[in-house]
Amino acid sequence: MKKLIIALAASAAVLGGMSGAAQAQEKTKVCFIYVGPKTDGGWTQAHDIGRQALEKALGDKIETAFLENVPEGPDAERAIERMARSNCAMIYTTSFGFMDATVKVAAKFPKVKFEHATGFKASENVATYNSRFYEGRYIQGQIAAKMSKKGLAGYIASFPIPEVVMGINAFELGAKSVNPDFKIKVVWANTWADPGKEADAAKALVDQGVDILTQHTDTTAPIQVAAERGIMAFGQASDMIAAGPKTQLTAIVDTWGPYYIKRTKAALDGTWKSEQIWDGLKDGILTMAPYTNMPDDVKAMAEETEAKIKSGELHPFTGPIKKQDGSEWLKAGEKAEDGVLLGMNFYVEGVDDKLPK
Amino acid sequence: MFEAILLTVMTAATPLVIAALGELVTERSGVLNLGVEGMMIMGAVCAFATAHMTGSPYLGILAGIGGGALFSLLFGFLTLTLVANQVATGLALTILGLGVSGQLGESFVGLAGTKLQPIVFPVLSDIPFIGRVLFAQDLIFYLSIVLIIGVNWFLFKSRTGLKMRAIGDNHGSAHALGINVVRTRYLAVLFGGACAGLAGAQLSLVYTPQWVENMSAGRGWIALALVVFASWRPWRILAGGYLFGAVTIGQLHAQAFGVGIPSQFLSALPYAATIVVLVIISHNRRTTLINTPASLGKPFVPDR
Repeated sequence: MKKLIIALAASAAVLGGMSGAAQAQEKTKVCFIYVGPKTDGGWTQAHDIGRQALEKALGDKIETAFLENVPEGPDAERAIERMARSNCAMIYTTSFGFMDATVKVAAKFPKVKFEHATGFKASENVATYNSRFYEGRYIQGQIAAKMSKKGLAGYIASFPIPEVVMGINAFELGAKSVNPDFKIKVVWANTWADPGKEADAAKALVDQGVDILTQHTDTTAPIQVAAERGIMAFGQASDMIAAGPKTQLTAIVDTWGPYYIKRTKAALDGTWKSEQIWDGLKDGILTMAPYTNMPDDVKAMAEETEAKIKSGELHPFTGPIKKQDGSEWLKAGEKAEDGVLLGMNFYVEGVDDKLPK
Repeated sequence: MFEAILLTVMTAATPLVIAALGELVTERSGVLNLGVEGMMIMGAVCAFATAHMTGSPYLGILAGIGGGALFSLLFGFLTLTLVANQVATGLALTILGLGVSGQLGESFVGLAGTKLQPIVFPVLSDIPFIGRVLFAQDLIFYLSIVLIIGVNWFLFKSRTGLKMRAIGDNHGSAHALGINVVRTRYLAVLFGGACAGLAGAQLSLVYTPQWVENMSAGRGWIALALVVFASWRPWRILAGGYLFGAVTIGQLHAQAFGVGIPSQFLSALPYAATIVVLVIISHNRRTTLINTPASLGKPFVPDR
C-alpha cells in the first residue's frame, strides 16, 4: 500500500513538475524556474515562449529544463538548488520573489550562472535582467485617458513591489498627459494568478464605476469581466486578444526569447559576466500588441508615443512630477534615475489608493 | 450597487458551498477526504474541455460531475478497499489532481470558454431586488440550494441518512447491526467527488469561463475548513460559505473605495473571520462533539 502511495505521489510530482528534460550528456543544460504554470496565458507563458525560442535557436548545443508552479519564498530555494544539483549550467529564475533564494543558492554553486528576472540583487554569478514595462504602461495610460468617458480607470495589482508601483505610476502619468484630472482606483489582489480573485477584483472595480480596466496579474479573467460588462481593458504580459476580441485595446507583450538566446550564447562562448540589464521597447524585449478597438486618432497617438519612447525622445518619468501627497518629486525636465525607479515605493499624484507598506 | 455586490458574492460562494456540502456527506460517513482540491480541479478541467468541444455547458456540467466522481473513486478504492491511510491518500489525490488536470488541460489554455447562461424565471425575477438575485441565476446556483435542502433532509429525516450517520459515529457497531459499511462509504465518497466536480465546473463555466492550471487556487481547502466551520451541519455551510464570500468581496470593494486600510490586512480578513468563528463554535465543546463523526478518518477492516 505504502508503495502505491509513493508511486502515486511520484507520478504526481512528475506530472506536475519537471518535464522536457532530455538525457543527452554533451549538451549544456539551461534551466528555468517558473512561478506559475507555463500555460498561464500571461507572465510565465511569455517566459516559456522565450525558452522555446532558445531551444530552437541553440538546440544543437543546449537542452532546457524547467520547474513550474514554484512558490515564492523559502520553497523556491529548494527548487533552485535542485536544479543546480541536476547539472544545470545556467539557471533563469523568472519571478521577483525568487531574488533572495537565487542569490543564496548562487553562493553555494559558484560555477553555475544565474539570471534573475526583475530583481535588484546581483553577485559574481548572478545577473539580473528586466524589461522597462513602464514604457508600455505609459502608452496604455494615454490610451485609457482618451477612451475613458469618466476619466477613471481600475487597476488590478498583485503585490506592492517597486515593479508594480512603477507600473501604476507610469499608467497614471500617461493618462495625465492627456487628461490632467484622470484618476485610477487600485485593488490589490495579493496573488499573481488566481482567475477567480482577479475576476472578483475586476467586478468590484466595475461596480464602483470605472469604465476601463488594466491589470498587473497574470490570467485573462479581468479581460473576460470587462468584455462581459462592456468596457475596455488592457492585456498583460502576453497578447490576450483571444479573451476579449472586442475588449482588448492593446497589451504589453514580454518578448524574452532574444534576450535568452543572447545571454546563453555568451555563457557558451565564455563571455558571460554578471550584469544588471534593463532593456525596453527599443530593444524589443517588450512589444505592444496591435492597437485594436480604438479610433484612428487614438491609435496614431499611441504609435507616436511608442516611437518617441523608442528613439529616447520621451522618458515617461520626466518632471515636473508631484508625489501623491503633493510634494515635488522631479523638477521640470528632470528624468528619474533607474535606481529610484527600481526601488519605487510611493505613488505619484492622482492615484486614488493608499500604498500598502 | 448592493445588488451587484451580492451577485458577486453568490458567484464566489457557490463553489465553496457545493464542495463543502459534498465533503460534509463524506465526513458524516466517517471518511476524511483531503483530496477536495484535486477533485475540484479535475471537475473544472473536464467541464471546460467538454463544454468547449461540444459547445454545451450543460454537458460540461455533467462531465465535471463525472470527472470529480471518477477521481474520488480512486480515493475510495485506496482507502476503503485497500484501507490505506486516508490523510495521506487525500493529500496524494490533491497533488495528483493538480498534475493530471494540468496535463489534460494543456491544449485548452487560452481558449474562449463557454459560459453557462442564467436561467431567468419569468414573473419571479421581476420582484424588486430579490428577483434578480434569486431567480435569474445559473443552474449550478439553483443546484447548490437544492443540494443543501436535499442533504439536510437525507441526513436528518431519512432512514438511509440515519444509517450513514451511525456508520460515521461507530463503524464497528454499524457493521455488527448488518449495515454495509464499505458500500455506504463508497457512495458517500462518490457523492463528495461529484459535488467537488460540480464546484469545479462552476469555476470553469460560470465564475471565470476559461481554463487555467491551478485555477481552483486553494478553494478546495477552504471548502474543507467550511465543513468544520459548519460543525457538520448543512445549513451552516451555506452561512459559512456566504460569510466567507462576503468578506472576500467586501475587502476588494473596500480597497476600490479607498478606505485606506492596508490591503494585506484586508486580504487576510476572510481567513481571520473564519478563525474567529471557529473559536466561537468550539468554545462549547459539547455541541461540537455531538455533531463530529466519531469514526472520522479511522480505517475500517470488516470481519476482523
